[in-house]
Amino acid sequence: MKNLTLVEKILAAHSGKNRVSPGEFINVRVDLVLSNDITAPLAIREFQRLGVDRVFAPEKIVMVPDHFCPNKDIKSAEQAKMMREFAREQGVIYFEVGRMGIEHVLLPEQGLTLPGQVIVGADSHTCTYGALGAFATGMGSTDIAVAMATGEIWMKVPPTIRFIYQGALSRWVSGKDLILYTIGHIGIDGALYSAMEFSGEAIDALPMDGRFTMANMAVEAGAKAGIFSVDNKTKEYVSEHGNKLFSIYRQDEGAEYARIIEYDVSKIEPQVAFPHLPSNTSPVSQAVDIKLDQVVIGSCTNGRMGDLRAAARILKGQLIHPELRCIIIPGSQKIYLDALREGLIESFIQAGAVVSTPTCGPCLGGHMGVLAAGERCLSTTNRNFVGRMGSPESEVYLANPAVAAASAILGRIASPEEIASCA
Amino acid sequence: MCLTGRVHKFGANVDTDVIIPARYLNVSEPQELAKHCMEDIDPGFSTKVKPGDIIVAITNFGCGSSREHAPLAIKACGVACIIAQNFARIFLRNAINIGLPVLECPGAIEETEAGDILEVNLSSGEIKNISKAKTFTANPYPGFMLEIINAGGLIGYTKNKLQKK
Repeated sequence: MKNLTLVEKILAAHSGKNRVSPGEFINVRVDLVLSNDITAPLAIREFQRLGVDRVFAPEKIVMVPDHFCPNKDIKSAEQAKMMREFAREQGVIYFEVGRMGIEHVLLPEQGLTLPGQVIVGADSHTCTYGALGAFATGMGSTDIAVAMATGEIWMKVPPTIRFIYQGALSRWVSGKDLILYTIGHIGIDGALYSAMEFSGEAIDALPMDGRFTMANMAVEAGAKAGIFSVDNKTKEYVSEHGNKLFSIYRQDEGAEYARIIEYDVSKIEPQVAFPHLPSNTSPVSQAVDIKLDQVVIGSCTNGRMGDLRAAARILKGQLIHPELRCIIIPGSQKIYLDALREGLIESFIQAGAVVSTPTCGPCLGGHMGVLAAGERCLSTTNRNFVGRMGSPESEVYLANPAVAAASAILGRIASPEEIASCA
Repeated sequence: MCLTGRVHKFGANVDTDVIIPARYLNVSEPQELAKHCMEDIDPGFSTKVKPGDIIVAITNFGCGSSREHAPLAIKACGVACIIAQNFARIFLRNAINIGLPVLECPGAIEETEAGDILEVNLSSGEIKNISKAKTFTANPYPGFMLEIINAGGLIGYTKNKLQKK
């Protein structure tokens, strides 16, 4: 009998089976169902078509107005209103503007996402919660409508690819660099239909914020999920954020993987993904003389406290380049407040950066930093497709928050090593 | 069920940001979305596409976000089906769920050009390129997915299931 991977263990437990195999179609019981102001209106419409009156369990359904909120225009306001009214009527978990955050930063912080859960969300970056050892995957609005109505959804069991990261990270290298390096290696469809399991000594040493960043971008390699085993760092995070009970699943000894890929992380330097694919990566040292018009630090990928601290370490006492706009977006109200109390926000504003309320905003070209034709942005977000942050004639480069901060000071893509105070 | 249509050919990794840019996601009505379909990769696509036309692309079609607005925009343009070597997984689910046929047919891609006329038999998976006089066979749908397709999408499928309970 095949020994099961972590993903197979979680999916078997949620489908009433002793075991599941890659390729098998199963009906999965879900622990949490998520949608946002862009995807919820479609999901609500489909939910109504089902002819079901109530959601299966209001305490397991979360709606977050984060993408175009605070409302960027009248049409967005109508969509947000539709979601808000549905949320009130059904009594589901809803975070109003002023108490919300970017969904994938907010939910773990609120203790809503836990190890061992199956989480589905109408947002591709739902895979972020794999950092906690949950099986979390993005779906469309119709899937989410069915999950809201029935508490179940169909899935095809994915094969698991195991990534082993050996060695110790160099200075300024973070989870963002590991995942960009990995996507650069396997390609934008390198894990298509698969689950990515992250392990190895560099992962054991990686803080939770870095794990969230890595799991978040699993979808950028085509993966259905990215997942980490539960360890003391996970347990500590959960106990500090809601301290709820959870189940721990472990892979079988000798679990069978579709593929095992090993990296020596000591050789990896900070990465930059060039336009127009997240897989188009190079070490930052090879990004020479690329002038920038804008830098964005934030998003569900890199809007956490560790990310803001990394940026502040470099920006403190410095000035943003005069020909560049730097926009910094804390991922949640709590992070915003923590950053304020720690003095990070003061450093950002004194350096000449914009600090915004939490929103997905510029990451998807929504608001709060949309690009004009010919403009170039370096961003700590997750995608750099054509037109992602605005004009189809603009360019987006992806990197970690330290590289973003250094680049904001120098007005071109730069390594933190180039800032004297960091050397 | 047989479809006949003219081909619009695209490359690899056509992402959801170019299928329907996020700046248009402040609405969710399919007809509104259709006006901007493929705008950033093929300006004017929405006006030149005719009902029944077929999209042929290379690999990983629909990668990126979970926005169901992407297959909805394509469907509302009148596109009858999409053929590619493979699809990004959320896009594939979304298309099946809303009743937009998508076929994986690695063999048909290279030899099919823009403007070719294809005849597609959705039940058998047979794809005839009338212009090139060639025939290909798409990967069959797994039985479970076929049930969703035959129910007209996931809502129909789920309604049937709920009624049986």
